[in-house]
Amino acid sequence: MIPLRTWRVAVLAAGLGLALPALSGEAAPTVADPVLEARVLKLSEHLRCLVCQNQSIAESQAELALDLRSQVREQLAAGKSEDEVVEFMVARYGDFVLYKPPVKSSTFLLWAGPALLLAAGLGWLGWRLASRRRESPAELSAAEHARAQALLAGRDKEGDA
Amino acid sequence: MKAKFLVPLILFLVLAGFLAFGLNLNPREVPSPLIGKPAPVFKLGQVVAPDQAYGTEDLKGQVWLLNVWASWCVACRQEHPVLVAISREKVLPIVGLNYKEVRGDGEIDARRLDAASEREMAISRARQWLASHGDPYDTSVMDLDGRVGIDFGVYGVPETFLIDKKGVIRFKQIGPVTPDAWRDALLPKIRALQAES
Repeated sequence: MIPLRTWRVAVLAAGLGLALPALSGEAAPTVADPVLEARVLKLSEHLRCLVCQNQSIAESQAELALDLRSQVREQLAAGKSEDEVVEFMVARYGDFVLYKPPVKSSTFLLWAGPALLLAAGLGWLGWRLASRRRESPAELSAAEHARAQALLAGRDKEGDA
Repeated sequence: MKAKFLVPLILFLVLAGFLAFGLNLNPREVPSPLIGKPAPVFKLGQVVAPDQAYGTEDLKGQVWLLNVWASWCVACRQEHPVLVAISREKVLPIVGLNYKEVRGDGEIDARRLDAASEREMAISRARQWLASHGDPYDTSVMDLDGRVGIDFGVYGVPETFLIDKKGVIRFKQIGPVTPDAWRDALLPKIRALQAES
């Protein structure tokens, strides 16, 4: 016989499972073409709003962001590719409009900087470890051993100075 | 390695140097990729004569300024007297681009307006502004939906573009034209461009 508690959990889970699709069915899509809107949103997330600067034009409610978003929508609807829309934006607002700047000579440090810093850090660490190994003292002589033993045993006062 | 204790200090100074440099940069001034490129072509109705289109074609062979403005733009109020003074010198034609006169005003719900009433409203607002603050423009054209603005890469009003005889954008002033900017940046460039054949 299955315990009552398991039954309860099963019923609750089934209830939830039934409720979820009902919930998702409530919000009807607010746009005519959800596929297009998804593309607009995806592309907009990569474009910077020049007024607010730290928001993409997908997030921002600034006037310019709204305008640029409708430009994106219009151009995608007209059959332009994502790359063409990005080109359109870059031609007008420069690379700054892209959250992911292109790799070129002026952005080389930006892209390679972290890797260069990591390499420099690893190089420095390796060099330090190597030189420390070289510096490590030689084995103790017998006399030194004896003195160390004496020190550890608390008889250091008998030693010299 | 006696000077080892100086290493943190030197690192600190280098870092402070970078930060000081960064603090003096203005992140609002995004260099325009349009400098050195042909100005986007436009042909728009004028504030004084909404049914007569005016545009880049009418300015061929001249060095001219395109000043982006709107009556709702606060910084334009600061800039306007400077433009009026400049226009009295009659150095070059100044064309106004009245940018999103109605839609740009946050206090108006432009979505409730149909195209005709938006246009009417823009004309009357722009004319009123020019009548009360002075009109430095040879003419102002109306960019109601801001499309020409996007073509020029406008992201904040006011902005001013200097365009040469061949129709190429040579300089962009982001933010208000100040007397200093006029004297030190714009005027020398204008003189040089006007001397070009």
